[in-house]
Amino acid sequence: MSLTNVFDIAGSGMNAQSIRLNTTASNIANAESASSSVEETYRARKPWFAVMQKEFMAVNEEGEFQQLKGNTGVGVQVLGIVEKDAPLKPRFQPDHPMANEDGYVYYPNVNVVEEMTDMMSSSRSYQMNVEVLKTAKQMLQRTLTLGQ
Amino acid sequence: MDCGQVIEIQRNYKLALTLLCVIQVNKAASGNNMASINFDNALGLHARALQLRASRAEVLANNLANADTPGFKARDINFRAVLAGEVEAQKSVAVDRTHSGHLAGRSQIDEQLLYRNPTQPSIDGNTVDTQIEKSQFAKNSMDYNSTFEFLSSKFKGLRSAVRGE
Repeated sequence: MSLTNVFDIAGSGMNAQSIRLNTTASNIANAESASSSVEETYRARKPWFAVMQKEFMAVNEEGEFQQLKGNTGVGVQVLGIVEKDAPLKPRFQPDHPMANEDGYVYYPNVNVVEEMTDMMSSSRSYQMNVEVLKTAKQMLQRTLTLGQ
Repeated sequence: MDCGQVIEIQRNYKLALTLLCVIQVNKAASGNNMASINFDNALGLHARALQLRASRAEVLANNLANADTPGFKARDINFRAVLAGEVEAQKSVAVDRTHSGHLAGRSQIDEQLLYRNPTQPSIDGNTVDTQIEKSQFAKNSMDYNSTFEFLSSKFKGLRSAVRGE
């Protein structure tokens, strides 16, 4: 049934966008988390989106079953969450409790403006997937009344 | 049109339906067709069109879900061409089986998926235009509803013919 696949697809989209929204929330919340060393400092996190390919079984030349990937997409998946490699922001604050021996503290490489636009984009995309889900639900409910 | 005419038309319709069933049963007996009663003949193109509309909804929903995926190319089907293909498939039915392990089946729309020409391609290689996909999805769902109406009226016709009221 194709219409039930639409539920899965829109669901995967909503899931991906909510993960994106989560990383944005985490980034904004930690935008000012200072640290005394480069290694310990929080870095902005971004989800890695990729197309989910449809999988099907086929028989190869040796007569064995083989898992193949079709070129039809069946949703979106989050392959992982990566840290941004932009440079951290060192600040000279000798009176800060986290300051190192040179008097520097390191601030995360979070760009708050970028995070805000990301947040707006992901909430819009989430809404769009909800709309798709709603339409698919109406279509399917309509189908159940066939012949009545 | 008076009552007598309507009743006569209904009778003729019932007769035609019975004939259809007999033909189907004969076909099944001769081994051509395993299904005893085939709805495909009675319902025409609309059942296939409805399936195709549902498949297209899937493709468009996938475009919308991947609106933020880098490198994703928006896809769509050429509805007219695929429906014409369905008509051909309805005539010739099965796909070739050149190997004993092959499963019987009809060709899928997978290979008929095309790429959409982007109007505003983005820098990350994504070609999904949200507004276009959204309007296409809405249109597809309206078309689904109209096809559904046709199909539904076919069923209503069949039912009233069977009842003969």
